[in-house]
Amino acid sequence: MNTIVALQPAWLREGAASFLARYEGLRARLPGDTAVREAGAAAFRARGLPGVRDEAWHYTSLRPLAETRFAEPLTAIAACDRLMARLPAIDAPRLVFVDGRYRDDLSVVPGAVAVRVGGPAYGSLAQPERDNMVALNTMLTGDGAAIEVAAGADGGTLLLVSLGSGGTAERPIAFHPRHALHLGRAARLALIEVAIGEGVYLHNPVLEATLEEGAVLTHLRLQDESRAAFHLATLYADIAAGASYDGFTLAVGARLGRLEVHARLAGRGAAAHVNAAQLLGGRQHGDVTSVITHDAPACISRQTVKNVLSGHARGVFQGRIAVARDAQKTDGYQMNQALLLSPDAEVDSKPELQIHADDVKCSHGATVGELDAEQLFYLRSRGIAATDARAMLVRAFLGGALEPIAHEAGRRALEAAIDQWWESEAA
Amino acid sequence: MLEIRGLTATVDGREILHGIDLDVPAGEVHAIMGPNGSGKSTLAHVLAGRDGYEVTGGRVGFGGRDLLALAPEERAAAGLFLAFQYPVELPGVGNANFLRTALNAVRRARGESELDAVQFLKLARAEAKRLSMPEDMLKRNVNVGFSGGEKKRNEVLQMAILRPRLAILDETDSGLDIDALRIVADGVNALRGPQTSALVITHYQRLLDHIVPDRVHVLAHGRIVRSGGAELARQLELEGYAGMAADAA
Repeated sequence: MNTIVALQPAWLREGAASFLARYEGLRARLPGDTAVREAGAAAFRARGLPGVRDEAWHYTSLRPLAETRFAEPLTAIAACDRLMARLPAIDAPRLVFVDGRYRDDLSVVPGAVAVRVGGPAYGSLAQPERDNMVALNTMLTGDGAAIEVAAGADGGTLLLVSLGSGGTAERPIAFHPRHALHLGRAARLALIEVAIGEGVYLHNPVLEATLEEGAVLTHLRLQDESRAAFHLATLYADIAAGASYDGFTLAVGARLGRLEVHARLAGRGAAAHVNAAQLLGGRQHGDVTSVITHDAPACISRQTVKNVLSGHARGVFQGRIAVARDAQKTDGYQMNQALLLSPDAEVDSKPELQIHADDVKCSHGATVGELDAEQLFYLRSRGIAATDARAMLVRAFLGGALEPIAHEAGRRALEAAIDQWWESEAA
Repeated sequence: MLEIRGLTATVDGREILHGIDLDVPAGEVHAIMGPNGSGKSTLAHVLAGRDGYEVTGGRVGFGGRDLLALAPEERAAAGLFLAFQYPVELPGVGNANFLRTALNAVRRARGESELDAVQFLKLARAEAKRLSMPEDMLKRNVNVGFSGGEKKRNEVLQMAILRPRLAILDETDSGLDIDALRIVADGVNALRGPQTSALVITHYQRLLDHIVPDRVHVLAHGRIVRSGGAELARQLELEGYAGMAADAA
């Protein structure tokens, strides 16, 4: 046992050991590049699961996950009508994964985009030796989609769907889909990821997205997992000169959810929008962690993360903007805002700037507030019931975040999810 | 319409209203005048049901109902409207959406059918035009970036659309130039009718040149110290509040 793992508490070590034991049992049957997988396993053996002593996990404890013993998903043939009915009504091709495995019968294969499924789509961006959950994914992944949009092509809209269906409290399951996306020069795509489910499971997806020069990716994510599930997603995006990554994540689900984004602005004039909103209640814990690296001059990054927290929910935001020495004329902006709807809700915010260039414009900030009593009274004095008045003010708080989403159907789907969240909160 | 009996109220534990008795019959416009700190705005807020104003005694009947037992939104549905002295800004809430949500909430509570977006816009545009408001005020966020006069006109627009049975205007005239004052007054006068009443709270007499009240009450130190006809307002303008407040003491 190496030193990192040796210093960890027993429950964390034992959680990691159970994943390693699973790997030993499965390794001969797992598909894909064994060298990549072995390297992932070696990294996971060395690092284990992250603990709160890991700086990147300081505010998010994986104890409930480490103390759960996850089984392998059973061969999925289950009818998923109930979950499929919850998919947003977006008229577009879709790739549907159930418990981490591709389901041909539920998918609608796109015409404008090349897709390969049936094994993990390992890319070249992931860093399992640094990112524990990515090491775990690399070691245990069984399936994923490799999505390719040719240079100059418009791939339209594509849904990438994860349904969690087969896990129960008695037999929780874990799945680790591994996706890769490549946009050729000046290619375009709107990728809408939807993660929904029922029961108890760990969904630990990794997506590696490479945008060649001038490519444009709109990336909307709706995380509406089972309230008993763990959702730990990692996204890598490499953005070449003049290319644009435009991302928005709405997280309403999971007992413990995290999105970790590593976006690299790799060529002159690249742009990244890494926006998110978390709406959490009960004892949900949601974490948005991002590292946006400006490696080239004259790039723009924008990040607004909004949290609406009720009950005993906890929201975490960790955002780092790193500006390399020759990334002059960098324009970076980062804002984290939280609206606390209950005295027991909590938000932790850690914005961070690491600037090695001298001619840059970077700013960041954080605000925390409650609903304004004057505004509430004003609305109620006009006949609007207290619940509706609160909903209006929460929507107003979130409104600015959703407005810039140019993808009409995608934005409507996110708005519908917000309405639904509010209805369940008010009930 | 409105019957106030022995109303006492505290703010932060301090008694501001020391026993108000007031009747506003249906179809009448009453004015409440008084110096700063006399309790005029406290009375308005207590009637609208604002948190932080604690009623410690007395009762208020409104159209036969116990007003003080109702939540603010129920008071609005019952036909009470308070035009705020300081209208609140609502960033991120569109004015048209706000007005339509309010109107439909009130209509629902009254058992009337809701208006769809088209019907509503037609109504709102007509009312906005009558108040000489630029149409883009409907598209902007509620009161955000509005001038003082625009905010007051927006209050009157809300009143015109919600058609209350009792409108309380809390110093709606403060900060208005003469043209805006006339527009606001026209808005109130347009509502007058046998079934509607208004309580106009003001520091100055000039608004009452345009909205001629049936009765004028002078509030000082949390009590009504004098009541009379419209001529009382002019008398006050000449003599000031000092004499009347002294009468009460």
